[in-house]
Amino acid sequence: MQTITLHSFDGGIHPQENKHQSTQTAIAQLPLPTQLIIPISQHIGAPADVTVSVGDSVLKGQQIAKPKGFISAAIHAPTSGKVVAIEKRELPHSSGLEGICIILDTDGKDQWLEEINNGSLAINEYLEADNELLINRIRDCGITGMGGAGFPTAVKMAVQNRTIDTLIINGAECEPYITSDDMLMRERALETLRGVQILLKLTSAKSCLIGIEDNKPEAIQAMEDALHKIHREHHIAVVKIPTKYPSGGEKQLIKILTGKEVPSAGIPADIGIVCQNVGTCEAVYHAVAEGKPLISRITTITGESIEQPQNVEVLIGTPVKDLLGYAGFKQEKSLFQKLLGSKSKTESKPRIIMGGPMMGFTLSSDELPILKSSNCILAPSQKELPANDLASACIRCGLCTEACPAELLPQQLYWFSKAGELDKAEQHNIADCIECGACSYVCPSQIPLVQYYRHTKGAIKDERAAQQKSDRSKIRFEARQARLDREAAEKEAKRQARAAAAEKAQAAKKAAAAEALSKQTTESAEGVDENTSTDAPAETKNPEPVDLEKLQKQLDAAQAGLKKSMDKVAELKASASEDGVENAPIENLDVFEKAVATRRDKVKLLALQIAEAKKLAPPVKKEVSREDIEKKLRAQQDRLAKTKERVDLAKEQGLDSLPALQKGLDKQMQKLKELEEELAQFDKAGA
Amino acid sequence: MSSNFVNITSPHAHGGNSTSRIMLLVILATVPGIIALTYFFGWGNLINIALASITAIICEALILTIRKRPISFFLKDNSALLTAVLLGIALPPFAPWWVTVVAVSFSMVFAKHLYGGLGNNPFNPAMVGYALVLISFPVQMTTSWASPFFLSLGTIGVEQTISFTESLQVIFSGTTSLSDAFSGATPLDTYKHLAKNETANEILQGPLFSGSENNWFAGGWEFVNIAFLVGGLALLALRIFTWHIPFSVLAALGTCSMIFGWDADLYVPWSLHIFTGATMLGAFFIATDPVTASTTPLGKIIYGAGIGILIFVIRTWGAYPDAVAFAVLLMNFAAPLIDTYTQPRTYGHDKANRGLPTKPDASDKEG
Amino acid sequence: MSSILIAITLLATLAIIFGAILGFAAVRFKVEGNPIVDQIDDLLPQTQCGQCSYPGCKPYAEAIAAGESINKCPPGGESTIIALADLLGVEPEPLDAEHGAEKDVPMVAIIREDECIGCTKCIQACPIDAIMGAAKQMHTVIADECTGCDLCVEPCPVDCIDMVPVETTLQNWHWDKPENLIATSEQPHEENLEQGVH
Ligand code: SF4
Ligand code: SF4
Ligand code: SF4
Ligand code: SF4
Repeated sequence: MQTITLHSFDGGIHPQENKHQSTQTAIAQLPLPTQLIIPISQHIGAPADVTVSVGDSVLKGQQIAKPKGFISAAIHAPTSGKVVAIEKRELPHSSGLEGICIILDTDGKDQWLEEINNGSLAINEYLEADNELLINRIRDCGITGMGGAGFPTAVKMAVQNRTIDTLIINGAECEPYITSDDMLMRERALETLRGVQILLKLTSAKSCLIGIEDNKPEAIQAMEDALHKIHREHHIAVVKIPTKYPSGGEKQLIKILTGKEVPSAGIPADIGIVCQNVGTCEAVYHAVAEGKPLISRITTITGESIEQPQNVEVLIGTPVKDLLGYAGFKQEKSLFQKLLGSKSKTESKPRIIMGGPMMGFTLSSDELPILKSSNCILAPSQKELPANDLASACIRCGLCTEACPAELLPQQLYWFSKAGELDKAEQHNIADCIECGACSYVCPSQIPLVQYYRHTKGAIKDERAAQQKSDRSKIRFEARQARLDREAAEKEAKRQARAAAAEKAQAAKKAAAAEALSKQTTESAEGVDENTSTDAPAETKNPEPVDLEKLQKQLDAAQAGLKKSMDKVAELKASASEDGVENAPIENLDVFEKAVATRRDKVKLLALQIAEAKKLAPPVKKEVSREDIEKKLRAQQDRLAKTKERVDLAKEQGLDSLPALQKGLDKQMQKLKELEEELAQFDKAGA
Repeated sequence: MSSNFVNITSPHAHGGNSTSRIMLLVILATVPGIIALTYFFGWGNLINIALASITAIICEALILTIRKRPISFFLKDNSALLTAVLLGIALPPFAPWWVTVVAVSFSMVFAKHLYGGLGNNPFNPAMVGYALVLISFPVQMTTSWASPFFLSLGTIGVEQTISFTESLQVIFSGTTSLSDAFSGATPLDTYKHLAKNETANEILQGPLFSGSENNWFAGGWEFVNIAFLVGGLALLALRIFTWHIPFSVLAALGTCSMIFGWDADLYVPWSLHIFTGATMLGAFFIATDPVTASTTPLGKIIYGAGIGILIFVIRTWGAYPDAVAFAVLLMNFAAPLIDTYTQPRTYGHDKANRGLPTKPDASDKEG
Repeated sequence: MSSILIAITLLATLAIIFGAILGFAAVRFKVEGNPIVDQIDDLLPQTQCGQCSYPGCKPYAEAIAAGESINKCPPGGESTIIALADLLGVEPEPLDAEHGAEKDVPMVAIIREDECIGCTKCIQACPIDAIMGAAKQMHTVIADECTGCDLCVEPCPVDCIDMVPVETTLQNWHWDKPENLIATSEQPHEENLEQGVH
């Protein structure tokens, strides 16, 4: 065994380990549950895409959801059975939010998919196999990190643009109570090591360090023995590290074993390191050598309210209830009094924690499923893990600073979080807090420090998102403004062109009129009508209904503009008189008056043009319009009916949206009436 | 959330430490020092401590009622008691009772609760109270020191001891302070005064110093200080505070006094600086008050060194008999600033972010 | 007499020296900043809703720079007012109720698509072009871009636009601040708490 110089990380604590309770018996197999609840988002990255539908029968190991996008992981049926529902269910997450789950009724046959059963998916000579093939197999089997966050393993291993020189295998398991990795290493050391070999091959790292805390001598022994069996791996080393929480944190373990620090906001690969959990290694081995997807895991079930604390191999998706029932859960013992703002107010409910006592979260019900990353279900008694007292003021004792493994100043972060000073919290590197809870553990004032940090981190994220959004909106707003200006300018240019044309036409008309006048003397009076029509400018020569509409619109606009200008003039005058200076020159007044004059001219001109155009408008237009109106009317009736239905529904269920809907209904009725009137008028006009 | 199970945030385990435990341990750690004080200087300090504690608890309860805070919850944290004990130790043993009462109530009301109570006070409450009475009642504060006399062995130069009832009388009579026979300046003061006319050798022959046979070198003060040192080291071992502040206070004070102390005819030698007056009490029990001290590791060293240097400066060139209170208060002012510029480097960062956050858009304000 | 003169001269000299240093520092270390309008605009929420009675945030920013009061933006609410007060060195004022109240949750517009008649009226109303669609076609809101300004609701002839709170997802969820667990100076008296008096 080679000697490795161990380093140490700052801070850390030594909470009561409480690991012996669950290591007394071998890993048990949980009986097949009747129903499994399988969330499609158990990993970091995009939720998987469901590939089965309700009513489908699936076999054990069959893919039921495929990865969507690069960072995602496949999900497989943990046993054979029938998909009975695909619906939103509450997820095991501190938020208590819901997510899509596949509900599988098991059939009790536990029948493997044929390809897996006959071993055709297995890669036998895996140490000689192509890396691509191995990574694909790992991806297809839906392997994710089994220690904590659940990062897809294939993605982690496929980051090829950096050279990796050290592979670190995390067997530290520093959290109190949890023993799933410990038991795994004791009982399945060989499989685990074979998985390590595969990962070592994939990363082509020069060395591999397996870090195990010295409170697990059996596991260390088992791993050493297995290492001897494999013989040729002289660059894999089992390293005994001192027991200290949180040595199993990825960053801390890296520091202990290599002395290097993962740069802030970076990943271990930045310093040539890849870190994997021992459980993941075992899963990788099964995936590659046997073709078996990740459908079960070892979970510790422990705590004083559990009769037989132990480690159990459970299928992913097993409701916690089944596991609790199997190990003997005494609900009365797990009752927990929670303070509600004041000592005199408490609520007493059972407490179940998924994960360990330091970083785990409480479950809101026992119906929630075990996930790929659920390493422990802890049901402590109140005496065992008592509630914090009411928090008192921070006395700046600095104990938290001493305990913090990230070398932060937790008390400062707390003051900033409490005061909402996000910028200062950020400057004090709150982003580097790993939420290990060491600071809360030692705090004599019993302040829920970690919750403050979580909140502040979220608030910082929110603020950043809001800032980004507001920047985007600004750009969009400015772009739109520019577009509107451009359009307005174009319109203006067109209008001017048209005005010029119209002027020309007018001039021509006048000339023509003059000519006609002179002609009149020589020709008969009948020709006048014809003359005006033939002499009309080009646009009136080929009159089209579209033109008429356009003109009408222009007229409307011009009228509106006129009104506005007039208003403005009136307003200016009024304000001037208010100021008491009757006859003082009013700024800009002349400009507006001029505008009024030109606009008035324009309105007149347009009105004239419309009158002319109308005269020439073909009578066919009426038919088309009538149809149009009828169509509109029908559409409106449909809509009205729909809205009515909605209103009724809202009334029935007493929804708050009722007033809004009612308003909409009124509006639609109004519209309908208008349309009907229009139609009637039309008919009258037509008749 | 309306679930059937409890919903609380992690961590679910707690180390079991509490504010009241910390305060209580600090109080207990003063016991050796108090015993030594009583042994050498009579019952005065004990009476002071009792009086101060009662006053503090009454004040605290009163203010909590006015501020509409849960009384038992806050009284339980022992912080008022600690302030009172420290004041009782620091005040001269035979200070009239009203001096103690004024000091304690001022520190509770003005130095602590006006700022928002425990944890929010920028200045060390005990030292604010002390400084107030020192400035307001200089006569009582300088003449109420007892000359060291041994409860069992008899006194130096005086043939009888002063009994408990006599002590009570002196303290509560209010007007008459200690008779000249019993009162005496501290060794530091004495040395300073004598150094104007006498040489070091002559001074050290005096009864307060090694001249007397029942005495080591500082008229009993050295034992008091050693007792406080023992208590302080115990707290250090219990990890109530870190070594940074006491170490740097003593180191700075020691260094300064050694540099100047080469001329013992003019300056007080370092041994007297370290082992007389309130040095150890200050270094281990007062400067380490976490609420008002610096909190970063480097900041604590700077803060402690500042206190050490100020103690030396005020003792040497100032008019007051001791300097711990002023030194601590002055450094309390500086603590937030020190903290701002001494942030430690965080894991994964090349260097520490020191100073104030820089906001690019708000950096130049108009108007 | 002479001592007074000395003192005055000394003080005057000191004043001149420090004045010179400060003046030099002001010139030497001058920070080139954005024009004030841009700085103000950066602090406004860019909802572009016009509730401040200006047609968008930039015009309001210009108005503030010209002396308009800073409390007219409801979407920004208190935090924006404080930030503006900070920037401009004035006292923060409470939000001017005339312009509306601050919303407690962020909202987003959603079009009931089967009812949309494709009239394009909402597109014209949206200040940031967050609605997609063409004439006579179903329209839809780009939820990520929508600022929740409400402006598209009114013009819709069939009232098919709803304002709904932005949905909490696993991505944007985070813990609440543990307010009620702290027995510090903000802690109400026990009895008061029981009676619900705050
Ligand atoms: S441990 Fe608690 S009381 Fe002590 S400094 Fe940290 S937050 Fe404050
Ligand atoms: S939770 Fe964060 S601040 Fe607290 S000890 Fe852990 S890393 Fe440090
Ligand atoms: S009220 Fe606020 S968000 Fe709305 S336009 Fe005015 S400044 Fe922009
Ligand atoms: S979609 Fe509606 S609410 Fe959203 S930004 Fe556009 S106009 Fe405002």
